[in-house]
Amino acid sequence: MSEVVPVAHPPVLALRGITKRFGGVQALVDVDLRVRAGEVVALAGDNGAGKSTLVKVISGVSPADRGVIEWEGRLVQIKRPHDAHALGIATVYQDLAMCDNLDVVGNLFLGREIDRVGVLDEVEMERRARDLMRALSIRIPDVRVPVAALSAGQRQAVAISRSLMGAPKVLLLDEPTAALGVEQTSHLLDLIEEVRDRGMAIILISHNMGDIKAVADRVAVLRLGRNNGLFDVSTVTQEQIISSVTGAADNAVAHRSKGDEEAWP
Amino acid sequence: MSRGGPHRDGGPAGPGSPGPITTDRERRAARGWRDSVRQYALEVRGSVRGGERGPLLVLAGLLVIWIVFQGLDDKFLSPRNLSNLSVDIVGTGLVAVGIVFVLLIREIDLSVGSVSGLAGAAFAVLNVNHGVPEWLAVIVAVATGTAVGAFHGFFHAWLGVPAFVVTLAGLLIWNGLTLYLLGASGTINIDEEGLVASLTSRHFGNDLVAYAVAALGTAGYFLAAHRRRSRHRAAGMPYRTEGDIGMRTGLLAVVAFAGAHTLNRFQGLPLALLIFLVVLVVSDYLLRRTRYGRRVYAVGGGVEAARRAGIGVERVRVAMFMVSGTLAAFGGLFVASGLTSASPTTARAAGSGMLLINAIAAAVIGGTSLFGGRGSPWSVLLGVVVIQSIASGMGLLGVQDAVQFMITGGVLLAAVAADALSRRAQARRGRP
Ligand SMILES: Nc1ncnc2c1ncn2[C@@H]1O[C@H](COP(=O)(O)OP(=O)(O)OP(=O)(O)O)[C@@H](O)[C@H]1O
Ligand SMILES: [Mg+2]
Repeated sequence: MSEVVPVAHPPVLALRGITKRFGGVQALVDVDLRVRAGEVVALAGDNGAGKSTLVKVISGVSPADRGVIEWEGRLVQIKRPHDAHALGIATVYQDLAMCDNLDVVGNLFLGREIDRVGVLDEVEMERRARDLMRALSIRIPDVRVPVAALSAGQRQAVAISRSLMGAPKVLLLDEPTAALGVEQTSHLLDLIEEVRDRGMAIILISHNMGDIKAVADRVAVLRLGRNNGLFDVSTVTQEQIISSVTGAADNAVAHRSKGDEEAWP
Repeated sequence: MSRGGPHRDGGPAGPGSPGPITTDRERRAARGWRDSVRQYALEVRGSVRGGERGPLLVLAGLLVIWIVFQGLDDKFLSPRNLSNLSVDIVGTGLVAVGIVFVLLIREIDLSVGSVSGLAGAAFAVLNVNHGVPEWLAVIVAVATGTAVGAFHGFFHAWLGVPAFVVTLAGLLIWNGLTLYLLGASGTINIDEEGLVASLTSRHFGNDLVAYAVAALGTAGYFLAAHRRRSRHRAAGMPYRTEGDIGMRTGLLAVVAFAGAHTLNRFQGLPLALLIFLVVLVVSDYLLRRTRYGRRVYAVGGGVEAARRAGIGVERVRVAMFMVSGTLAAFGGLFVASGLTSASPTTARAAGSGMLLINAIAAAVIGGTSLFGGRGSPWSVLLGVVVIQSIASGMGLLGVQDAVQFMITGGVLLAAVAADALSRRAQARRGRP
């Protein structure tokens, strides 16, 4: 697998030995992951494999117990959402947590409102919200409706716009297509390719092999909180990924992870 | 006024907050008050169907209450009684504004009645028994409320004890402390000429004051609405029609000047009412127009989202209990001022829950939700007028306490039931 990795570019984000436990549950054990600019890495794995936990580690919502995080080659600490945001990591969470009582503009700018000496500049925020929606060709009938009144797809679109607002370098998407219809999914995949082509690094969590095949460059598999394979999407078959996800390929794990170690010195 | 208010931007979107704004350019051209009225009627009908309790429904209820009591006793709508009403609402009203801050983050503060009693007693003991200057005793009394709120907030936000338990314990603790403070001296009469007594007794005898306040409020509203309109227009966004702004300003002017006229027929604008209005304007602005206020609504509308957006949820929680304690104490000074005394009897009454229930009912009747994230301080004005009208009418008719308790409890229950029903109706329509 080492040949698929262009060695010239150092990864923008690299995780090594990430370990996290919740009480008795070992959610993550010695997980490694790296992603380069302009690359989509899919993260696959069964329910409870630890994908969302890994996302929360990277986004600072619930930091790891052990392990190191490198950002553009230097060691960093991500202890709070603010740290991740300051580095340029944006996240769309699986549960799309939003403030249902606030409108689209309010949610887009939550935590980074535009203000003049503490007083909200609603006009400017609304203007930028519209511009952003237009640039991403997202159709929301009215940016002043409370998000609770939006459809699942629209909520997803708002969540993604929100994550793209600060021009991040790494985008984490936790099962973004799970609630979407066919057309909305293909629109989202287009969007992912577009931001990838602008040089953003993307970690895409998905159970959908079709989506992974469509946009990802590499796919990393987690199983029971551990790395269970790293594949080049252009050469791997769907069956190989699935057997790695389900553990049918457990026999192969030993030499797979060896191969990974070679790829990741 | 309730639920995110009539403004289009700013503040959290109330359901139906697209409001009477015409996004459609052609309709925008068709200005005039007729369209505004028709549009407003449509909006109200839509929001009622959508399960939203508009202020109009409460206004209609208030009208019924006034007509019934006026029919039973023709002194009810006299300038004297209305003027007294406008002073009597202030104590409960201030406490209720504090409750709104806590309800917005989806919590409850059951201790406000006791805290208001504590503040009155602390003031009386310090000023009358210990000769502390009035201004200093007032500051200490109000700061006591702030400290009590911080105490509750600490237990709730940092130790994770549910707020209703913390403040239920507080209800007893602070009431006990009040009785303890007053225990040695019994009833303390406060200086009838002093600062605290004047909070409720002072009226601006000069007619011009009431009219000036009415004019200022109306002009302020008009200028703000107009400025917002021009900014939206300049940015190419939907904006209110001239006719719409005109109609709203007109309605406000009618209410404001009719009120001023009525007050002037008795003793003029009461200082208490002026203070209450200032508190409402300031707290509404703070909550709906500032970055900090947006955080408060965010915590009430989605804790997880707020936390991920980097909002210090715990800090906001503590701060809201501090606001609630502060306003409870401030309101308590108005209660003490109205009685011109602090006594074990009134302290027991403060702990009995009447003031607490009235304050919660006032907030909820006006449209602040028990389920968090919805409402505004302005909702208190309407709610507290309803509550105080009922209390005042029952007082005029000499209804006995036992019946008053049952009626007040029933009103609270009806208000929260309406809140819960409207929430369910909204959930059916995919709204929070
Ligand atoms: N806050 C928490 N407290 C306790 N256990 C947790 C917590 N969050 C996750 N876990 C546990 O950690 C493990 C990994 O969960 P995680 O949500 O990361 O899985 P996932 O790969 O995202 O699954 P899915 O595909 O269902 O989203 C699970 O066993 C889960 O029960
Ligand atoms: Mg998950």
